[in-house]
Amino acid sequence: MVYTQRFDGRKFDECRPMSAKVGVVERATGSAMFRIGKTYAVAAVYGPRGFYPQALANPTRGVLRCNYNMMAFSGAGERVRPGPSRRSKEISLVTEKALAPVLDLTGFPGTVVDVFIELIQTDAGTRCAGICAAAMALADAGIPMKDLVSSVAVGRIGGKIVLDLSKEEEDHPEGATDVAVAMSTRMNTINLLQMDGEISAEELKEALVLVKKGCEQIKQVQIKALREKYQQEAKHE
Amino acid sequence: MGLLVQDKDIVVPGQELAEGMDYLPSTDVLREKDKLVSMKVGLVSINNRFVKVVSLSGKYLPKREDIVIGRVSSIGLSGWRVDFGWPFEANISVRDAVAEFIEKTADLSKYFAIGDWVLAQITNVAGGGKIIDLSMRGPSVRKLGPGRLLRVTSAKVPRVIGKQGSMISLIKDATQCKISVGQNGFVWLSGEDPAMEAIAVHAIEKIEAESHISGLTDRMKAFLDAAVGVKA
Repeated sequence: MVYTQRFDGRKFDECRPMSAKVGVVERATGSAMFRIGKTYAVAAVYGPRGFYPQALANPTRGVLRCNYNMMAFSGAGERVRPGPSRRSKEISLVTEKALAPVLDLTGFPGTVVDVFIELIQTDAGTRCAGICAAAMALADAGIPMKDLVSSVAVGRIGGKIVLDLSKEEEDHPEGATDVAVAMSTRMNTINLLQMDGEISAEELKEALVLVKKGCEQIKQVQIKALREKYQQEAKHE
Repeated sequence: MGLLVQDKDIVVPGQELAEGMDYLPSTDVLREKDKLVSMKVGLVSINNRFVKVVSLSGKYLPKREDIVIGRVSSIGLSGWRVDFGWPFEANISVRDAVAEFIEKTADLSKYFAIGDWVLAQITNVAGGGKIIDLSMRGPSVRKLGPGRLLRVTSAKVPRVIGKQGSMISLIKDATQCKISVGQNGFVWLSGEDPAMEAIAVHAIEKIEAESHISGLTDRMKAFLDAAVGVKA
């Protein structure tokens, strides 16, 4: 069976509706919310701050420490068990690896920058939404960055390459391939690529073209949210 | 070729600011091949050929000659350690503490005890911010007496102080309070009259909350006139 029409009526190369807001957690050094479809991520950044135990700190540069967490009530009805799991630890790690290449923490040796990502509501693409929120929160926290990081999933359903899968699509009876990608579009680098399923080399190339287009759209949403917060403040400097 | 932004534009990390070799990167600007790229959210400031970004957010980063407020956290053999809201404590050496001569065997807590708050000047930042020296010699720096301590976001400190100290003098004159603002976001204030102190605290909180809405100085004037008027 060929997947001819998407469940929610989107085009195959279209992201779900997005919105973003910067500065949602007032007591944090920096924070942001990112929504794509029904997936909501909130990220808060604290630091640079002292790293304890100090033996784990890097004496030449700051360390990025991410924590990804799905809230207990966030899923499709079944309660998410609180606390770290095999899955959340893995995602925390890949989030760190996706964000680290754009950060310049050489100015803060011996310190840690903590990023907490909470998923309030989930409908597929949570690690991508988390990375998008975290990138904005890091910029809001004034951490030096070479570029923003934008992230979206791409996949294959019934022979069709589709951008930004929803949960319904991920669970397609035909079987879906899901590739989560994070990119820094200015630097033209892929910071994260994780795949679940099967895809041919040609199809993957096609998929990455779609991802780049999606990431560029997401970046515009991120930039707009950052500007919205600072536009007014800057007027009176 | 040339500039891609204007002076005072808001930029975000990764935004290209200029092309070609005509411009040079300054604070928070990165050169990548022939492009200048912003590393922070901030305002572009162009000075001749130098392009810099004035950061609008984030934690206080210690700079030489800044005046900061901190708390004495421990006493060593030859000086004091001061916590001023930075991951690493700063050091005040005996030499830079007081004008008088201190004996090697003297009890240093006579001068500054643990828990005392001080207004001090940063004289040295080294080791990527790990080593910070403070000095208690010079005008305006001192041990802070009884008073109230507030914390504002360090990015808002320039708004609390105002142009050439206009905003802070406005509050000082209206409330007759002594106020010291540290660049690290700590504000110390003390007045004869507790009611006036409360008005000053309120005023500083108001600046922090409303600094992004235009006409701040006029609004603060009106607020202080009304608040002090009611009291008198």
